[in-house]
Amino acid sequence: MGKARLAAARRQAPRAPLGGRGGAAKANPNPFEVKINRQKFQILGRKTRHDVGLPGVARARAIRKRTQTLLKEYKERDKSNIFTDKRFGEYNSNISPEEKMMKRFALEQQRHHEKKSIYNLNEDEELTHYGQSLADIEKHNDIVDSDSDDEERGTLSAELTAAHFGGGVGLLHKKISQQEGKEEAKPKSRKELIEELIVKSKQEKRERQAKREDALELTEKLDQDWKEIQTLLSHKTPKSEKQEKKEKPKPDAYDIMVRELGFEMKAQPSNRMKTEEELAKEEQERLRKLEAERLRRMLGKEEDESMKNPNHTSADDLNDGFVLDKDDRRLLSYKDGKMNVEEDVHKELSGKAGIQGSDEEEGEEESDEEEAEGERGDPDSHSDLDSNAESEEESGKPPRAQGQTPGKRLRSDDQNTQKAARTELPYTFAAPESYEELRSALSGRSMEEQLLVVERIQKCNHPSLAVGNKEKLEKLFGFLLEYIGDLATNDPPDLKVIDKLVVQLYNLCQMFPESASNSIKFVLRDAMHEMEEMIETKGRAVFPGLDVLIYLKIAGMLFPTSDFRHPVVTPALVCLSQLLTKCPVLSLQDVVKGLFVCCLFLEFVALSHRFVPEVINFLLGILYIATPNTQSQGSTLVHPFRALGKNSELLLVSEAEDVATWQRGSLPLRWASGPSSPTAAEATHARLSCLAVCLALLKHCVLMYGTLPSFHAIIRPFRALLTEHLTRCSHPHELQELFQSTLAEVESQKQLYRPLLCEKSKPVPLKLFTPRLVKVLEFGRKQGGSKEEQERKRLIHKHKREFKGAVREIRKDNQFLARMQLSEIMERDAERKRRVKQLFNSLATQEGEWKALKRKKFKK
Amino acid sequence: GAGHPASCSGDSACRLVQAVLSSRGEANAVFDVLAALQSEDQEEVQEAVRACSRLFGALLERGELYVGQLPSEDTVMAGSQGAMRKYKVWMRHRYCSCCNRLGELLAHPAFQVKELALGTLMKFLQLEGTHPLEQPKWEGHYLFPRTLFRAVVRGLVSPAEDHSLLLSQFREYLEFDDIRYHTMQAASDAVAQVTNQQPEPSIIFWNNAFTLLSAMSLPRQEHDLSNFYVKHAELSDKWKVTHLREHRRAFQAMWLSFLKHKLPLSLYKKVLLVMHDSILPHLAQPTLMIDFLTSACDVGGAISLLALNGLFILIHKHNLEYPDFYRKLYGLLDPSVFHVKYRARFFHLADLFLSSSHLPAYLVAAFAKRLARLALTAPPEALLMVLPFICNLLRRHPACHVLVHRPQCPEMDSDPYDPEEEDPAKSRALESCLWELQSLQQHYHPEVSRAASVINQVLSVTEVSIAPLLELSAYEVFEQDLKRKGPEPVPLEFIPAQGLLGRRDDLCAQFFTLS
Repeated sequence: MGKARLAAARRQAPRAPLGGRGGAAKANPNPFEVKINRQKFQILGRKTRHDVGLPGVARARAIRKRTQTLLKEYKERDKSNIFTDKRFGEYNSNISPEEKMMKRFALEQQRHHEKKSIYNLNEDEELTHYGQSLADIEKHNDIVDSDSDDEERGTLSAELTAAHFGGGVGLLHKKISQQEGKEEAKPKSRKELIEELIVKSKQEKRERQAKREDALELTEKLDQDWKEIQTLLSHKTPKSEKQEKKEKPKPDAYDIMVRELGFEMKAQPSNRMKTEEELAKEEQERLRKLEAERLRRMLGKEEDESMKNPNHTSADDLNDGFVLDKDDRRLLSYKDGKMNVEEDVHKELSGKAGIQGSDEEEGEEESDEEEAEGERGDPDSHSDLDSNAESEEESGKPPRAQGQTPGKRLRSDDQNTQKAARTELPYTFAAPESYEELRSALSGRSMEEQLLVVERIQKCNHPSLAVGNKEKLEKLFGFLLEYIGDLATNDPPDLKVIDKLVVQLYNLCQMFPESASNSIKFVLRDAMHEMEEMIETKGRAVFPGLDVLIYLKIAGMLFPTSDFRHPVVTPALVCLSQLLTKCPVLSLQDVVKGLFVCCLFLEFVALSHRFVPEVINFLLGILYIATPNTQSQGSTLVHPFRALGKNSELLLVSEAEDVATWQRGSLPLRWASGPSSPTAAEATHARLSCLAVCLALLKHCVLMYGTLPSFHAIIRPFRALLTEHLTRCSHPHELQELFQSTLAEVESQKQLYRPLLCEKSKPVPLKLFTPRLVKVLEFGRKQGGSKEEQERKRLIHKHKREFKGAVREIRKDNQFLARMQLSEIMERDAERKRRVKQLFNSLATQEGEWKALKRKKFKK
Repeated sequence: GAGHPASCSGDSACRLVQAVLSSRGEANAVFDVLAALQSEDQEEVQEAVRACSRLFGALLERGELYVGQLPSEDTVMAGSQGAMRKYKVWMRHRYCSCCNRLGELLAHPAFQVKELALGTLMKFLQLEGTHPLEQPKWEGHYLFPRTLFRAVVRGLVSPAEDHSLLLSQFREYLEFDDIRYHTMQAASDAVAQVTNQQPEPSIIFWNNAFTLLSAMSLPRQEHDLSNFYVKHAELSDKWKVTHLREHRRAFQAMWLSFLKHKLPLSLYKKVLLVMHDSILPHLAQPTLMIDFLTSACDVGGAISLLALNGLFILIHKHNLEYPDFYRKLYGLLDPSVFHVKYRARFFHLADLFLSSSHLPAYLVAAFAKRLARLALTAPPEALLMVLPFICNLLRRHPACHVLVHRPQCPEMDSDPYDPEEEDPAKSRALESCLWELQSLQQHYHPEVSRAASVINQVLSVTEVSIAPLLELSAYEVFEQDLKRKGPEPVPLEFIPAQGLLGRRDDLCAQFFTLS
């Protein structure tokens, strides 16, 4: 620092006169040096830069500059050695002197450091303050202080005493010498007293010094010892810190209990604060919002806008099905790691409750409790059994699950439940890693057990419990889907289990929308691929198994079907369309499947009321194959139905007595799955049921599409068929009524054809032949074409000016040099002249002397 | 040449051939060889064929067969001509019977035998061509063993058996210009002969014939036709076989003789599929196909559809006047048009036919309206193609803009368009509007809905190219939908699932039960 200040001062010194001179020139220009360039005309807007000039000053400046640069160069033209100042930043004017000094210092330190302490790993660089080591200062801080204090005190005291006894030392001595003679008799003279005092104080001082030295020694020793130990400890310090950190989230049971109790006490009232109505209202509000969102997506107007899912609003969302609620006790929960987990479960549950509809809140609450039980391991419920089961190892489940559910193992005192535990299901399940695992876990169990297993797998692997659980559960979705497919292909299909598993799937899907959509897409692609292959090889497809239909149904339940475009639902719709257009109806089973697909299709578009031509075609075909073949109506039939040939009278009913015994009912889905060999009466009943469903669907279509502008064109082919059906009186009474009502429905849809109109677009402006406007340019600016052209001209102009300036400078340089050379020559000449003159002078004097001598001789 | 004993597989046949070839006295051994040709055993027959091939090949080269009009065997034997002449006549008769037998063997159940027989016959053909068995009538007379070849072709298009494999073998010979020319002649003869014998020939015969006929491909450019199977010392300019014009004439005669018969429907399709590409360009007078094409056009369905292509070429390139063309095309538009296999081809053609901007507005309007009507039954992949198609029609014909933009018009009670009317002029399409497209804006597929919504705005001037959409399949649409980037995160259903069939009021729950 001292150096820096010095350098700064050095810099300042030459600057000061310079600044002073500049200031003087500015402030008080010599009027004789000022040259005013007279303007002929005053022009508005023109900036004049050269109205006043100082030619003398400018010339002097130029000459000075040349003498400093050009002349120097000129003089050194024949010299090969150059002096360069290598100090850092010496010629760099951009750096302020302080900075420069700092950097120089840093460089020096660096150099020093590099060279000397390469192998000195431990020691840090020594910091200094006013050239003193900081460490030293620190070390001796109080001692130095006391010391200086002491000394000061000592001096002060001496001075004080001196002052008390009359001023400074010199005075004192004088006085003493003066008084010596007078007061010798006194036993203790003042001097003696003083000396005594001094001796005392000196003694004290010495003692103190000794003490201090001892202390210093001791501290030094201690320091050394400490250093020795420190080297040993230095590696371990972070670890110990970590250990502390790790240990921290492991408070003892009592703490947990207290906190838990505390939170629960606080939590309960806040929950109860909301009355039933409030809850209902909130729920209503939420549903309303969701519905608004759905409508927005259905219209597909802002399709490209980034959409926000109401279920997952937070950017920090972990995507684990956790929804932010108005629950402020969470803030407390973050204090403690352990509690956090528990709270997460709480939140999760409340979030789930929030997601699900109001109409099944009771059930939800039940499940909440159940889940909570599962999570917390209440003493009187499963957890003890759980540990029993684990200890028995009867399930063969990996004990890994134990670790994944902390807070599960609690006291196990109920001995009598152990027996029951052996027959019961284990309570922890590892998430299946493969489909086979899941299958083996589920196969051979009853429906309730299967559900319980799946539920427990979910709970044991809740994403909030461990890191990898999210992926496990995501996989679980795929496996469950596959399992459902297997169940559906069984003979007979296990539809009851599927029915219950669907709820689980829904919950999983809510938690992991991405992976769920991917799984569904995967199965859909599979099904489509299979069909495509069949079409390629055989030229036509057959209706796929029940599993594909169920996958489609599930897709419709998990995702909003009313969206204008949806990554899962749109492909599913295409898939449905393929089923209805590519698969010919060959049997009663196909009819059932087709009707189910129609049903699905109509359900998919139930909210959005979108138009599905395939369903109309298919229903038309079904109605057609229920009538005897006629040429007239075949023309409107669409693939895959044929007007004539095999299967074109598939649903035709002939047996009158079977017709009479028919009762309308729902179609069982299992008809779609396996080949069954029904009796003739059963077949007839099935046909009539199919026909009834077909008509009901048709009626639904009529109601739904009644508002379409070309409704009559769509429904036209049906009329003839319906009337034909009506004329044949072989149908049972109920069916007849259905026909009649459908037909009446069709008739009642009155419609006005409003001519189409395009939206008014912006009127195209007339072609106007206005003159081309060119910007009026200011005076003095370069005129002309485009921007580039102007830029080019500007650059050319600039170049020209610069060129001229450079030439002028060179010329002036040359003039300067020539002047210098001339003056040199003149100087040389003058010197020579002088010398010659001198020579002549001396010669003249010599001559004169010689002549004088000669004259003398002559005289002699 | 003369067979080497080492290459003989059958000793007896070998020895017999050797004997016959070495001395004329042993000539009666030929009967044994010929008898072996009649054998039931496949191996034996094959050996016999090989033996015959060697024997008569050598005799043909040596010129030991009688040349000229063959007199009957009895008269020559009874007569008092020289022994040499008798021998030659006798041997020629044996050769004839051998060829006949080989022709019969073309229908042998074993393919190896067939193949061998065909190869042998073709070898005889080549040798007989170079050493003709008839006297040239004048200097440079073109001689080709027509009778032998006719027998071969007749064997190939036999109505008894499917010869597609053998015909693909025979295709190699069709590379030669002379073989091709004579095949064309022989094929028309063979077809005429078979159809004369039996008025309703089997489908096998038609398939054989069609395979043979469609294998014929004439060179497009007139160039030196000198790739001959039967080698000639020098080719004369006077020979018909060296002129492409004659080839074309033969080609045309062959096809006309084939097509004048009543063909099975599947064959109709096959013929029409290759018509525009490999038949019409090679005919000497393409207009002769008019009858066939118009009658095909009247058949209806896919066949009419396919016939349109050929018909259009005739109209376009050969000045055919066909007044009802557009009416026919209009009549072809029915719901099945979106489901047939030839959808892409049909719409490609329809686009071509309707590309003229000089068509009357009523016609274009009728087409647009009809297509829009049909679109109400179409699957999404077809809709994605036909909606831009309709819009293109409107773009080409500004007079049809009233179909989508009819300001200051009162509401109508019903659609004035008459879908039953066959004449586009009377369908009153121009008075109607495309309400169908408005309905399709409600289609479940977002792309279709978007394509149909184009008519809400003023149509842009530039046409949309439908070429890439023609071959669009549902599977491709599906894949596109799957790959499209959706919103993140995927929107979810907020009404919780209750079971497989859903709520009580859902359709599935209404009509289906789980049990």
